[in-house]
Formats: sequence, structure tokens, C-alpha cells
Amino acid sequence: MKTPGLLAQRTKGGKWRGVVAFAAVALLVLAVAPVTLSPFRLELLAKYLCFAIAALGIGLAWGKGGMLTLGQGVFFGLGGYAMAMHLKLAEAGPGELPDFMVWSGVEELPLLWEPFRQPWFALLMVVLLPGTIAALLGLLVFGRRVRGAYFAILTQALAAAFVIWLVGQQGLTGGTNGLTNFSSFFGLDLASAQDQRILYFIVAIVLGLLYLGFRQLVASRYGRLLIAVRDGEDRVRFLGYDPAVVKTVAFTMSAVSAGLAGALFVPVVGIISPALLGVVPSLELVFAVAVGGRYALAGAVLGAVLLNYAKTTFSENYADGWLYLQGALFIGVMAYAPKGVIGLAGQIRDFVALRTRGPARRIPAQQPPPVPPGPSADAPAEPVEPVGPVEKEAVA
Amino acid sequence: MTAAEPLLKISGLSVVFDGFRAIDGIDLSVAEGELRFLIGPNGAGKTTLIDVVTGLTKPASGSVSFAGRELVGKREHQVVRLGVGRTFQTAVVFEELTVEENVDLAASFRMSLPALFRRRQGRSDAVAAVLERAGLMALAEQPAGILSHGQRQWLEIAMLLAQEPRLLLLDEPVAGMSREERERTGELLVEIARDRTVVVVEHDMEFVRTYASAVTVLHEGRVLTEGDMASVQADPQVQEVYLGRSRDTRAAEPAAPAEEKEKEGVA
Repeated sequence: MKTPGLLAQRTKGGKWRGVVAFAAVALLVLAVAPVTLSPFRLELLAKYLCFAIAALGIGLAWGKGGMLTLGQGVFFGLGGYAMAMHLKLAEAGPGELPDFMVWSGVEELPLLWEPFRQPWFALLMVVLLPGTIAALLGLLVFGRRVRGAYFAILTQALAAAFVIWLVGQQGLTGGTNGLTNFSSFFGLDLASAQDQRILYFIVAIVLGLLYLGFRQLVASRYGRLLIAVRDGEDRVRFLGYDPAVVKTVAFTMSAVSAGLAGALFVPVVGIISPALLGVVPSLELVFAVAVGGRYALAGAVLGAVLLNYAKTTFSENYADGWLYLQGALFIGVMAYAPKGVIGLAGQIRDFVALRTRGPARRIPAQQPPPVPPGPSADAPAEPVEPVGPVEKEAVA
Repeated sequence: MTAAEPLLKISGLSVVFDGFRAIDGIDLSVAEGELRFLIGPNGAGKTTLIDVVTGLTKPASGSVSFAGRELVGKREHQVVRLGVGRTFQTAVVFEELTVEENVDLAASFRMSLPALFRRRQGRSDAVAAVLERAGLMALAEQPAGILSHGQRQWLEIAMLLAQEPRLLLLDEPVAGMSREERERTGELLVEIARDRTVVVVEHDMEFVRTYASAVTVLHEGRVLTEGDMASVQADPQVQEVYLGRSRDTRAAEPAAPAEEKEKEGVA
């Protein structure tokens, strides 16, 4: 399946490279971008970073945990609406109704909205709503051993159903138009370029912290277990773990990150509506992660920024061309670079190495000298060989 | 529990796959500390028996009692948590994780979830001891994906040891191994059996003759006979079963039926 050369790449030197790369990107995002980009472009970048936050969650659930979740828009939406409801209420002032309710003829504030007046409640809901729903769904679905394509279809259906519900509740959710027209965000004036820049920093820092947190998680025993579940769920049961719990934890975290992304998206872009969180936006997020490289968290972030940047650029020039290009890009990546853009460097390195030195010489060179592992000297074991069991059987 | 009571007691067990009785009323007891070999021609129900004990396959009837607790109806990880571990015919290890990480995960299953969120600090003594015992120390930092077939089997045994089960069920641990690897595995088995109860399903009669003390012969889902190797070999019934199918005893059991069973267990 994977060549040994690729597997053996996790080296000590790679760790330092990672720290340097993270510092360089952080410098670029926090210091270079805010002074070089126009306010308009910076706002766009903030939007991409919001998508990157959601993509991180997909990188964790899908890339590390093997759960192809095609309904992250639901959690993005839950976080987004929780935030938007609070902003609408804060704007309307005490005792008043949000503007869209007045237009739809709603006379009394729905009970569901009331607690969102409290900023702490809204912030809590940004995390709790997606988290709780994902946790319940995960335990139910993973506990029944629903996985693979069935899980993917289920999550996609969830996104579709969520959109239908949102559109149907005109008075409660603003229907198709969603919630929009926000002027301030916790004291920040959303019309001012200066305050938008602060918002940009908030988004960037949330993304950075989440990235570090997820990295830590992946490096922990739990992270190893998650990868083990991805590669052999049935085997993990015989290690004494319940894979349903392992998967639910990752799925919940991915939902929380999508919720955070949605909540930040609202002040940055100024709108949350069903069109932003249905099946298509959910799929686009997964595309982005696949293109960036799903096996690495950094790949998810890179993919989300790259793809959304490309989308903006192409839509500005050739409005209709983007969809085709996106499709072609996805197919190309799946066929020729399954590890995405971030895996390309390693893929090229391996390819060149195979061409110049040949596989037979290259593999032992990357491994330590083959030590006979048997403790008893008279029964030396086979040296490390990538050759499969086929040849061994011929010997036996 | 009195000393006389067996650690594993299987009674009246039947397993039916689509009308086919894979196991047809088996009674079997394994005492604490025993090293027991299960042999029998293809389709005798050896692997199915292990599958039932470990919760992978649901029996049609009968009971499996382990240290006084009923195992039928328990899920796979619950059976492991009670102290029953197993390996598979085709060794399944986690190829992207290192050898050490594979063993460490096996050793950590009693940790709470918050404890699992912490990074592994160095190598625990238990993991080091198991790696040493299985002869995998030199390969500890390597991804398990590069291991040879024999080394994979040892890694599986190492993972099993790291779980510290009271009862180990090994499904054809020497299938596909070279002669040296088989010898090494046999030594490992005898060593393990000193302080644990071990049940080994084996096809390789030469291997069984060398290492087995107690043997149970299964045939067409039933226990044909039980005893020490010499008396089992002298049994005319056993001779008939094996002579009739002598070629089968050398061939590895096909993987396909095992996979089918696995699916049914999942459903």
C-alpha cells in the first residue's frame, strides 16, 4: 500500500523543520499580510482563514480518523447562527426585535432567541451546539458501526435536511436570506478597516491555537489510536478500545472547529445563510482538504486558503469557469497526488529517488542496519525487508 | 473460584452460518496455566471457536464462561477488558505507526480518555520488556509497515503480551513462516505459556508435535478427541480424518471464509 520510503520519513529532523515552518507562516500571517494587503484583501484572507479553521476539523476527522464527513456545513451553520443571533439581538437593543422579524411579521421574540441576548450564552453555544450534536450523532452512528460511504451519505443528508429546515423557518432564522446586516461585534465596528484588522488577528490566532492543539492531539496516544482506528477499526477492538468512542471524540472536535469557523465567519463576512452551509459548501470544504493534503493538518489549512483564494480570483474573471476547474483539480489530485499539495514534495523526492537509485538499493539505505532481532543467536530472524509474505512462503 | 474450575469453559456451543453448522455442540474446558493446541482439518471450526470466545461471532446457542463470567453477548473490546486476548491468522498491525507505538497502544487500553490525550513520554518498562521478549527491540522505532511476515506475527504476539491477558488465543501463529521463524515462535510460545493460559490454533502438524502437550482435535464442528499428542496421534478416528485429508493439513486455511465471518459478526 505505502512504500517503506514514505513510511520512514518521520524523522527527528522533521520536527524542527515543522517548528520553523510554523514560525514562518505565523510571521507571514500576523506581520506581513496585515501591512501589505489592502483592507479588502485582508478581509478576504480572514474569510479564507475561517474556512481553514473548519478544514482543520476535517483534516482531523477525515485525514487522521478516516471519517469522511460531508456535512460540516451543519456545524459551521450552528456556530454561525448562534453568533449571528446574538449580534442581531445586540444590535436591536433590549426589548426590541431583530429587523428581519419585523419584516416577516413576527411580533414577539421567539423563546429560542431569548437566551442569545447574553454574550456568554451565545459564545458557549458556538462550541456546545455543534459539539453536543456531533457527540450524540457520533455515539449513535459509530456505535452501530456505520462507517465509510454510509457515514458520508448520512452526514451529507444531514446538511441537506438542515438547509431545508432553516429555509422553512422564515420568522426564526431569516429563511433563505439568513441573518445579515451586522454593524458591530463585541464592541468592534465592523465598518471600520482598523477594527476589521483586529478581527483578522482574532481569526488568525484562533486558527493558530487550534492548529497547535490538534497537532498535540495527533501526537498523543489518542492521536495514534485515531490513526489505528482509521487503518484497522476492527483490529482496534481487540486492543480493548471501543472505536466508537475514539471516533466520536475526533468527530466532536471537528464539529467544534466548524462551529468556531462559522461564528468567526459571521462578523468577517457579515452574513450567515443556508446557501453558505448546505451540501455544496460542505463538499467544497472537503475538496479543499483533499487538494491541500488530508493526511497532514497543515495540508487542510493550506488547501482551504489556496482553494478559496483560487475561487475568488477565478470568479472575479471567469465566473462560470471555477466550478469546472475545481472539479478538474479534485480529480487530478485524487488520481496523481493523493497526499495533496503538501505531499507533493515528498512524492517528487520519492519519484526522483526511485528513478536515480532504484528501489532495491534505496530502501535499505533509509533503514538502520538490519539487526537480527531474535535474542537467541542460533535463530537469527530475517533482515528487514519490504518483500511481502509471498517470498517467505516460498522459503518455508 | 476453586483451583479445579477451568479458566475457560465452553459448553453446548453451536454456530450457524446461513444454515451451515460451523460449530455443532462443542464442550471444551481449558484450565488455568495450560498450553492447549486446537487442531483439525479445514472447516473444523477452530477459528470460529476463537471468534465466538472473543465476541466477533455470535453463537446460535451455548455458553462461554471465562473465570466465571459469561462472554457470549459481550462486545469485542469488553472481552479484551476481561482479560482475553487474541491474534489473527493474517497478522494485522498498524502499518503507519511504529512497532513501539503498536505495542504501546496495546499496553494502554486501561487508561482513561484524558490520560490518552497526553503525549507518550519515552518507553515504559512494560513495553520495553515485551519488545525484548518478542525480539523486536532493534525495530522499535520503525514503522510496522516495513516488517516481514514473521516479524508481523511476533509484533501481534508482542501486542497481545502487552495487554497482559489471562488467556491468549493465537490463531495459526506460524502460518507462512520460515523454519527458523517457526522455531523462534515455538520457543516464544513455551516461554509465554509458563505464566499464562494459552490456546493455539495450528495447522502445521510438525509444529504441533514439537510443542504441544495437550491437544484437542476438532472435526466438522465437533470435538473429535482430546489428550496428549501421543494418544491423539494413535487415535484411529484422528488418523482417518487426517489421512482422508492429509494434503489439507499442509495448506493454509483460505482467508475468504474468515472475512465472511467477520462481516457477519459486524452486522
